[in-house]
Amino acid sequence: MTSRRATLAGHTHEFPSLVELMAKASPPRSGDVLAGCAAESAAERVAAQTVLADLPLATFLEEQVVGYDEDDVTRLVLDTHDRAAFAPVASLTVGEFRDRLLAWTAAGDEASIGALAPGLTPEMVAAVSKLMRTTDLVAVARRTRVVTGLRSTLGLPGRLATRLQPNHPTDDPLGVTASVLDGLLHGCGDAVIGINPATDSPARTGELLELLDAVIRRYEIPTQSCVLAHVTTTLRALEAGAPVDLVFQSVAGTQEANRSFGVTLDLLAEARAGALALGRGTVGDDVMYFETGQGSALSAGAHLGVGGRPVDQQTLEARAYGVARHFGPLLVNTVVGFIGPEYLYDGKQVLRAGLEDHFCGKLLGLPMGVDVCYTNHAEVDGDDTDTLTLLLGAAGCSFVIAVPGADDVMLHYQSLSFTDVLSARQVLGLRPAPEFEAWLARMGLLGDDGGVRALPADAPAARALLAAAGP
Amino acid sequence: MTAELSPDPWAALRSLTRARVALGRAGDALPTVRELEFRAAHAAARDAVHAPLDPALLRAALPGREVLEVRSAAPDRATYLQRPDLGRRLAEDTPLPRCGADLAVVLADGLSPRAVHEHGPGLATALLDRLPGWSVAPLVVAHQARVALGDAIGAALGVRAVVVLVGERPGLSAADSLGAYLTWDPRPGRVDAERNCVSNVRPPHGLTHDQAAGTLAALLTAARELGASGVALKDEGPALPPGAG
Repeated sequence: MTSRRATLAGHTHEFPSLVELMAKASPPRSGDVLAGCAAESAAERVAAQTVLADLPLATFLEEQVVGYDEDDVTRLVLDTHDRAAFAPVASLTVGEFRDRLLAWTAAGDEASIGALAPGLTPEMVAAVSKLMRTTDLVAVARRTRVVTGLRSTLGLPGRLATRLQPNHPTDDPLGVTASVLDGLLHGCGDAVIGINPATDSPARTGELLELLDAVIRRYEIPTQSCVLAHVTTTLRALEAGAPVDLVFQSVAGTQEANRSFGVTLDLLAEARAGALALGRGTVGDDVMYFETGQGSALSAGAHLGVGGRPVDQQTLEARAYGVARHFGPLLVNTVVGFIGPEYLYDGKQVLRAGLEDHFCGKLLGLPMGVDVCYTNHAEVDGDDTDTLTLLLGAAGCSFVIAVPGADDVMLHYQSLSFTDVLSARQVLGLRPAPEFEAWLARMGLLGDDGGVRALPADAPAARALLAAAGP
Repeated sequence: MTAELSPDPWAALRSLTRARVALGRAGDALPTVRELEFRAAHAAARDAVHAPLDPALLRAALPGREVLEVRSAAPDRATYLQRPDLGRRLAEDTPLPRCGADLAVVLADGLSPRAVHEHGPGLATALLDRLPGWSVAPLVVAHQARVALGDAIGAALGVRAVVVLVGERPGLSAADSLGAYLTWDPRPGRVDAERNCVSNVRPPHGLTHDQAAGTLAALLTAARELGASGVALKDEGPALPPGAG
């Protein structure tokens, strides 16, 4: 390609490749510094954004960030690109695309935004996100509706769903059950009740699936379960006849990173077919659940693009959504603060990344949720997760993750607490998924104001649920 | 246990897991006392990450042993946390005597200097007591250090094996957990699969110093026979968990 340049304050900044242009236009984050691709000054970053704004959107169909011949994610994205869906924005530059999205947003034209998804590539949405500020990311995502369903309906306007994450250090059935019941009593679990197993054994996965299935059937809860084992483990559970609602897998934005996860596109397709064949849905048939997160490709040493140059972590993250959308998932979430300060250092970087990921996923047509979280060696705390949660609620986020007391005692990090979800719903006037909300009402857990009631232990619903923790 | 028969069903629920269940509510938020409990746990973890390693304290706890001090190429804590690559390299012009001993033991701050203060000297002493036939280099205290800094230290000292005792990433319930990583024939470029790990050294809740020292001594003996560490020693002890380096 020809070199692209911009002159700022008398200094000319040059960007020899698309890979470097994308990286240097990225808002600051530690992972890009670690990879050696970040802008070296604030001026260079704005110069890159200036050049990027003038780049025709169609450039991304001709010129790759990660090579077509070397990478099956690039091939999947380009081979399935829908030119008709792309047509309304085909003549725009990246900057004009931002302006168009904001105009449609202000006009409430959700149909035009939603129809674009099959015509957009991950690199296009990553590029436009780099020109957007916090409010832009929130406003456009709010008008980008993605509705999915299996036994509950997710992504509807005015709703904020939750994954109830009842992890336990040894997968103890009673310990898991205690966390499940506590979450249900707080009105959480409408997106999924999903356990990260402490070990990836097929037998343990089968036991946990049976346990969750029994709770869901006993109380007739309109939700789905998931044990977040490796896709090969879930395949074996399917073969063994386990009650699999959802197939989970972590995915990343390069073929090499997915290989390091032990995942191929064929494997995902096989597992999806297996879960679909069980026909466990009532309101829909979306059976896949993916997790992603900025930095995963770099941490696997699989972050290089055209010319062997490091690709920025936000562009790679958007490419992971290019994988996910191919499988029509019920749920996708970025795990935004989990990976550590060498990728996202502080609250500002985590906040930015969470909103970027949500925006990019939604624009690509994904039912996007976020695990709003942090580790103890990052410069992040509960005030930062509050801010991101409220912004995500305003942005129409499909679901967030909630764990007892914000403390995951298996994975040793902090996510949202059940009460964090209740507070966000109250402040923003958001409600649980409709089928789950009706269940809360049947259980006597729904207050007259639409909130979740705090029950005394001798209330009938509390007694009924707590009985599940009995022998 | 039957929750319904218990005088306090919430206490019964809490007894089933270490997770923070049944915390109660103040409106749609946590009651003040629960909120402050959480903040206290987070503060302890934060302080464990950021309190500097105190070499004087370690020297005092290791009477009669020669102790050297080194720094990684990460000049401060903020850089250390963002640049794991710098934490794996020695600062320029680090003087280390080439002694050609069998073993070096490194006390590395890692992500919890507090863990090194509380368990480093005890584990180092217990380990060396179990290795009477081994020649041992001076103990090395390492600042802003990742596990792989032990490769550079071991190579400079010219030892056959290095054991790095390093503070593990603090969780809310444990801010003082120490890990021990054994690498045979240490030199820069060794990968995680070439190490063996004993983690969660944290009496009385985790492994005791004697338990960890016993495992490490057995691993060292086996590594010397095999001339290698890591997955080759898999049957003897656990390999390094992913991402720990």
